[in-house]
Amino acid sequence: MNLLYAFAIAAIAGCGVYMILSRHVVRIILGVSVLSIAVNLVIFYAGRIVSQVPPVIPGGENALAAEAANPLPQALILTAIVIGFALTAYVAALALQIQRSIGTLDNAELDVAERLGTPFDEDRA
Amino acid sequence: MLTDNMVLWPVLVPIATAALAAVFWDRPKAQRAVSLTGTVATFAASLALLYAVLSDGAQTAYFGGWSAPFGIVFAADRLGAAMAAITGLMAFATILYGLADVRKREERAGFHPLFHGMIAGVMGAFLTGDIFNLYVWFEIMLITAMGLLAIGRTRAQLDGVLKYAVLNLFSTLLFLMAVALLYGVTGTLNMADLAVVMPTLEPSITLTVSAMLFLCGFGIKAGYFPLFFWLPASYHTASVTVSAIFAGLLTKVGVYACFRVFTLIFSMDDPGLRMIVAWMAAGTMLFGVFGAAVQWDVRRILAFHIVSQIGYMLMGLALATPAALAGGIFYIVHHIVVKANLFLIAGAIHRASGTFDLRKSGGLMKRTPWLAVLFLIPALSLGGIPPMSGFWAKFMVIDASLEDGAWWLAGTALFVGILTLYSMSKIWTEAFWKDPVLPRTTARSIPAPMIAAITLLAAITVTIGIYAEPFVAFSQQAGAELVDPSAYVRAVLGENPQVRP
Repeated sequence: MNLLYAFAIAAIAGCGVYMILSRHVVRIILGVSVLSIAVNLVIFYAGRIVSQVPPVIPGGENALAAEAANPLPQALILTAIVIGFALTAYVAALALQIQRSIGTLDNAELDVAERLGTPFDEDRA
Repeated sequence: MLTDNMVLWPVLVPIATAALAAVFWDRPKAQRAVSLTGTVATFAASLALLYAVLSDGAQTAYFGGWSAPFGIVFAADRLGAAMAAITGLMAFATILYGLADVRKREERAGFHPLFHGMIAGVMGAFLTGDIFNLYVWFEIMLITAMGLLAIGRTRAQLDGVLKYAVLNLFSTLLFLMAVALLYGVTGTLNMADLAVVMPTLEPSITLTVSAMLFLCGFGIKAGYFPLFFWLPASYHTASVTVSAIFAGLLTKVGVYACFRVFTLIFSMDDPGLRMIVAWMAAGTMLFGVFGAAVQWDVRRILAFHIVSQIGYMLMGLALATPAALAGGIFYIVHHIVVKANLFLIAGAIHRASGTFDLRKSGGLMKRTPWLAVLFLIPALSLGGIPPMSGFWAKFMVIDASLEDGAWWLAGTALFVGILTLYSMSKIWTEAFWKDPVLPRTTARSIPAPMIAAITLLAAITVTIGIYAEPFVAFSQQAGAELVDPSAYVRAVLGENPQVRP
């Protein structure tokens, strides 16, 4: 079970990195999202998957039962997912604006910033 | 009540200011007033925190009444409080400069709320005592910074933000993965608790991978060699006010996080880690300065210089002796002031000569001689000429490396210092000394708020340089605290920190 889980995380992370290495901006953004899913699964896995007993404190007690599942990774992942959503939305909007004002989403052609004051551009001197 | 949670105010004040500035969205004048008052209040709050840390030792605040290590905790030792104070100062100086520099359309697009949101993120990163919470502050900083970078919506800015966004997202993912692995091994996220637990653990592959991921994640943030390429590709596209605060603060948050994680949680005693960090430091210094040497745009020269100077701070961490860490801390504080000031002056040069391109500018010596003097102060400080602050910063780091026998690191640092002076003299000769290339029909004067901000920062540089002793003593104490974090741990966890099963 653990091995299967580890392989699944590795496969997802591999897909994410492969897509980040692409030249197309939309694929890069998707790649970052996929990689962030893999990272979330690593957090989940780091909290140890041992029990399916819900982490609820029964009345009259003031601590979790020993066999309860670990609630902390879920809280962490929830935070990470929300933040990840916000950032992905921002970058997607950015890609849309780039397509509109520069007219391309091919990373090899996006060099507007580099051309400002470049030492290798003699025409501008 | 007010003084109990001193450590919270430097974060709460900018958040409140951001909210208030957002309320006045349609009224730029009111926004400006709120913004300036807010930075003054932020600076005052951070100074109060610094004073409290100096008089009573490390300050802590526990959220929701949960004692550490169960809840999120804020903690400030000397390093954290000093970083908060310098952040407050820089926020004030850049907003003062921004009164004249920020355009109307940028204000309408939400410059002030974003700016204060970013300051809150930076402050939170400096003051939090929880490693997952550090990730959250990093993201707050990142999203507001992306907003500020793209605020002018020019084509170059959109391109710059894309590179900034993708690489910084990647770096925070590496950081988050490192946190996950660390949590898997130790079962805790509180940094002081981690400092107690880590020495009891056997070295393992997971911990090594986690340490390397931390180094790479923070390395991209801070702009270490070989991970810095996004920085000179994006920083120069932003407006001058934004570039200045970015250049001063954002990379330093990465450096600060490295100092924290690699003294408190991981130890630099490991010879392998030490060697990697030392080589990264040397590479950062060299490649940053080589990149700067060939550029013609003032802002790009300065952007490459951020990278090169980060190497000196990393050198302090690589040696990890108390003296070297003290030098690193002094260097961080000095560099925040000097680098932001240089960007502000680049904006003033742009005002006076009409271009950022050095090949086209010139003649400023005749037109604005006092600007030349104001440029000379941070430029000489960056190169490490006495009596400026940069001399003491370089002296402390290089002296510590010679003491430690790392002569090759000291040699690299000295060599890079000479090259730094070379590219500063390039700006000097091209922009100030040579005759103007293009005739300018209308000479534009530089507005008073700009001059006030530049003069303020230059005065601080000279003060640190001449009255270096209290600053050196302070950073030596802060360095000693980093080497022996037991006081920090006691402040967070109480008198008898125990290893839980």
